[in-house]
Amino acid sequence: MSLLKVTSMTHKFGGLLAVSEYNLTIEPGQIVGLIGPNGAGKTTVFNLITGIYRPTAGRIEFNGQDVIGLAPNRIASLGLARTFQEMRLWRHMTVLEHVKMACYAKISYGLAGAFLQTPKRRRQEQEIEERAFASLKMFGVDQFASQLPVDLPYGAARRVEMARAAVTEPKLLFLDEPTVGMTPEEMMAMIEIIRDMHNKLKTAIFLIEHRLRVVTELCQRVQTLVFGQVIAEGNPEEIQNNPEVIKAYLGEEKVVA
Amino acid sequence: MHHSESTAIHPRGTLDFIRRFFANIPLLGWLAGALAAVILEQAVGTSLAHALGLPRIPVLFGFLIFLKQPALIPGALGYVLVSNILPVCIVAKIGAPLFNLLSRSLFRMPIVVTAVVHLAILYAIFHIWTDVSAYRLIMLKLMLISILLTLSLNVINGYMGEFSCSHPGFMALGAYAASLFTVGLFVNDRLFGEALLVSDFAVIFFPLGLIFAGLVSALGALIIAIPSFKTRGDYLAIISLAFTFIVKSFLENLEFLGGPRGLSGQPDWSSLPMVFIIVVLGVWIINNFVTSTMGKALNAVRDDEIAAEAMTVNTRKTKIIAFMFSAFWAGVAGGLFAHVIRFVNPSTFGIQKLAEVLAMVYFGGLNSVYGSIVGAVSISLLGEALRPLEILKWIIIPLLLILVMIFRPRGLISFKEFNIEKLLKPRG
Repeated sequence: MSLLKVTSMTHKFGGLLAVSEYNLTIEPGQIVGLIGPNGAGKTTVFNLITGIYRPTAGRIEFNGQDVIGLAPNRIASLGLARTFQEMRLWRHMTVLEHVKMACYAKISYGLAGAFLQTPKRRRQEQEIEERAFASLKMFGVDQFASQLPVDLPYGAARRVEMARAAVTEPKLLFLDEPTVGMTPEEMMAMIEIIRDMHNKLKTAIFLIEHRLRVVTELCQRVQTLVFGQVIAEGNPEEIQNNPEVIKAYLGEEKVVA
Repeated sequence: MHHSESTAIHPRGTLDFIRRFFANIPLLGWLAGALAAVILEQAVGTSLAHALGLPRIPVLFGFLIFLKQPALIPGALGYVLVSNILPVCIVAKIGAPLFNLLSRSLFRMPIVVTAVVHLAILYAIFHIWTDVSAYRLIMLKLMLISILLTLSLNVINGYMGEFSCSHPGFMALGAYAASLFTVGLFVNDRLFGEALLVSDFAVIFFPLGLIFAGLVSALGALIIAIPSFKTRGDYLAIISLAFTFIVKSFLENLEFLGGPRGLSGQPDWSSLPMVFIIVVLGVWIINNFVTSTMGKALNAVRDDEIAAEAMTVNTRKTKIIAFMFSAFWAGVAGGLFAHVIRFVNPSTFGIQKLAEVLAMVYFGGLNSVYGSIVGAVSISLLGEALRPLEILKWIIIPLLLILVMIFRPRGLISFKEFNIEKLLKPRG
């Protein structure tokens, strides 16, 4: 059984067809990439599958369960975590608090624990703190634990965001342009981090990227999205040599450059 | 102190010197100093006041005299110095080694014991201080209640980052619910007839009445929460403001609760120990909530709700629980308030009450227990101290608030976690 199966997913914003007849299958442990020019609808695909938007039509099955209409936090608790292009760290919370917060679904001390200092609360808070530290350590940012996001270097903030997503123990992790705004060296480091995490956690990854280099390094399979439609799908070499892709995607890159 | 010349002239240097001079005093020392001062005042205060040409003991650190009877200012200043400032500083500084020793041995015990000892001394100070005048007693009770009210509003406006205007409404619900409970059950009253329960220990039922008051308010909160938490934005501000007005007109039109004339005859159950214990308990529980990961979900919702949802936080449940929780404590505060004043009427819980509690929250500081305590205490004290200025008071307090907003937009002590161990630790 596939981990994620999206069938003919379509979404309209008013009259605008943002995503049209989109299909996707991800197997456990696979790394799949999604590329495409700006405004192609890549982030919309993420938002549709993670429950932020509800698709106009189509089916989404995660781990054998229909997830359309579920609240984003429910979908996340099922094991589908994500990061954001703009990171969305919480301004007034420390790095450690960020990662502890992502353990929210694992808390079972209830209101009694929230209002009173029950032993169960102390134990669970201790547990998630250890878990959070382990995750920060894995991404090499545990030394920032007591700092606020504004005080972090850019690369570290990206890692904190990944640590926050990874601590939910996802079966599938969505990464939205993890190397955006990075220098080539930082990009190579990020590729290593993702590879390392994939080896350790064995999660499947679905990755939006702008840079072909990242996709060719990491992905087994790549989709190209243009104006809400998948125009090509295959392994990285096939995609790179596909004339449609070169026209739509690389052509645009030339205009930008 | 290595540049002693500049310390003598420069105000910041002097301040720094004072801070360093008192740095080795633990909180226990300050409490002991204050205790010594209030005991001294109780023993010799009246004679001291007479000797300084004052008719009686200045009830509020001389503030009322400064503005009302300028001729007595030197006497009042002398009184405050001799009876308040000097005893506190001298006892605290001279006793510092002893208090640090005590503090250290207290600190080895569970933190609960340490906290209870400090609170007991604090209560003793309050008790002796208010013994001197009935005015002090009522002012202190109202101040403690406003701490609870301010902190409960801070949960929504600070920790959760929504703007709620419904606290006077919640307070009114609590005040009336608690009054209904006590007057209806325990008092022979013209509206509700004979007391249903008569007991010498009736006062032990008062906490039950307060819980009832809190639950009624929480129910009111649920009515607001369901429509307004579907989306973010200004909805809550508008709906909650409407709620305050609806509650007020509703109570004005309920004849069996006295209508606009209000409800009186509440038994005198908001005694100082009762108010003190309930407020301490309330602050403790609220602090527990906002420091738990479940409570911190409020901050996540405030700073980025979409990210909170993506990280498995049930944002809707979080918001509704927090709102009901906040309303619960506002209701408890209302119940206490009704039994301090021993009279409630709907017009107490209008726009002026809202302005007052909002001022306390924003003056003291958002997202902070310290801030709420500082805000409630300073606005209450200012309100009383400036009372002789009458209408000018309502110009000075807002002006101060504007100044705070200019220089510290989030309030005096914002975004600071209440750290009880740091507060109580020995300092030398």
